[in-house]
Amino acid sequence: MAKFRKDGGKKLPAVSTASLPDIIFMLLFFFMTTTSMKEVTLMVDQKMPQGTELKKLEKKSLVRYVYIGKPKAQFQKSYGSESRIQLDDAFANDPKMVESYIATKRAAMNEDDQPFMIVSLKVDKDTKMGIVTDVKQALRKAQALNISYTATQRANSNY
Amino acid sequence: MAKKREIQEINASSMADISFLLLIFFLVTTSMATDKGLMRRLPAPVPEEEKKEEEVEINERNMMMILINSNDQLMVNNELMDVRDLKEKAKEFIANPNNSETLPAKKVENIPFFGDIAITKDHVISLQNDRGTSYQAYINVQNELVAAYNELQNDLAKNKFGAAFEDLDDDRKKAIQKVYPQRISEAEPKNYGQQQAAAEGGAQ
Repeated sequence: MAKFRKDGGKKLPAVSTASLPDIIFMLLFFFMTTTSMKEVTLMVDQKMPQGTELKKLEKKSLVRYVYIGKPKAQFQKSYGSESRIQLDDAFANDPKMVESYIATKRAAMNEDDQPFMIVSLKVDKDTKMGIVTDVKQALRKAQALNISYTATQRANSNY
Repeated sequence: MAKKREIQEINASSMADISFLLLIFFLVTTSMATDKGLMRRLPAPVPEEEKKEEEVEINERNMMMILINSNDQLMVNNELMDVRDLKEKAKEFIANPNNSETLPAKKVENIPFFGDIAITKDHVISLQNDRGTSYQAYINVQNELVAAYNELQNDLAKNKFGAAFEDLDDDRKKAIQKVYPQRISEAEPKNYGQQQAAAEGGAQ
């Protein structure tokens, strides 16, 4: 007869999980450094246009955002489905409001950084140019001349 | 003598759970920095009283007129054109390689590294869109124009310095930018599309 192992005999030592927190912390730090907090809650639809000659916005502290697009479904009842401008967490009723918005943002910036402010226009690709032009004119008046049309990279150059 | 009591180890098994919670919190509240865009510079605002004198006479050969209508169609110098052909056309216009009479006039300039070189200093690409043009169409055109400049600058950098434009130092970059200065001007948009729509709406 073969011998059966007695119960309560030698046990396999448990796998040590002491290093698990360290591993998770490493992941945590990785994500903390590579990502950034969401700036605002988007109230407009944002499907970015595509382009090939794009440049990365290097210094986030210099960038201020203007969002344009159709209001999201839950806002369409009160705001309609026409393209609208979103500044921070509210809709702007008039493109002229961009001017004062930029002025406030600029005033809040470090004085040395002010001339290098970049305004990133995050515009939905189906927006009509009329509203974009109004915003651009407002930006010119506010002396915010460095702008970036946010877009996503297109893999090939076909249309 | 009393038996020395061993200090109990702190139970660290919940540490993993805590850090997991933190990790998930950061994953949810943050987003990867993937903000890329087409960098442009707007012209400085024109004071009201000077607005009328704005119209500067530009020789016709120095001008490339690009119009985009509300149906996203493209017209370049009074010819209908596909966006795909725009880059080549723009490159030819900016560089004027064969010294053609119909393309921008070349002027000799002294530029560091290049010495005396003939460049199309006064060329202007004028871009005008309708208020009804879609944003994607506008970005397509801007993208092609920037691509045309970038390709020309890159070609020159490779021929002259044997390296891509991005790898050059600042002085050389500046010199190349002087050879191909970016001159894109945007006119105030027209509102033909909407007028037409209003007229059609009225007819109904």
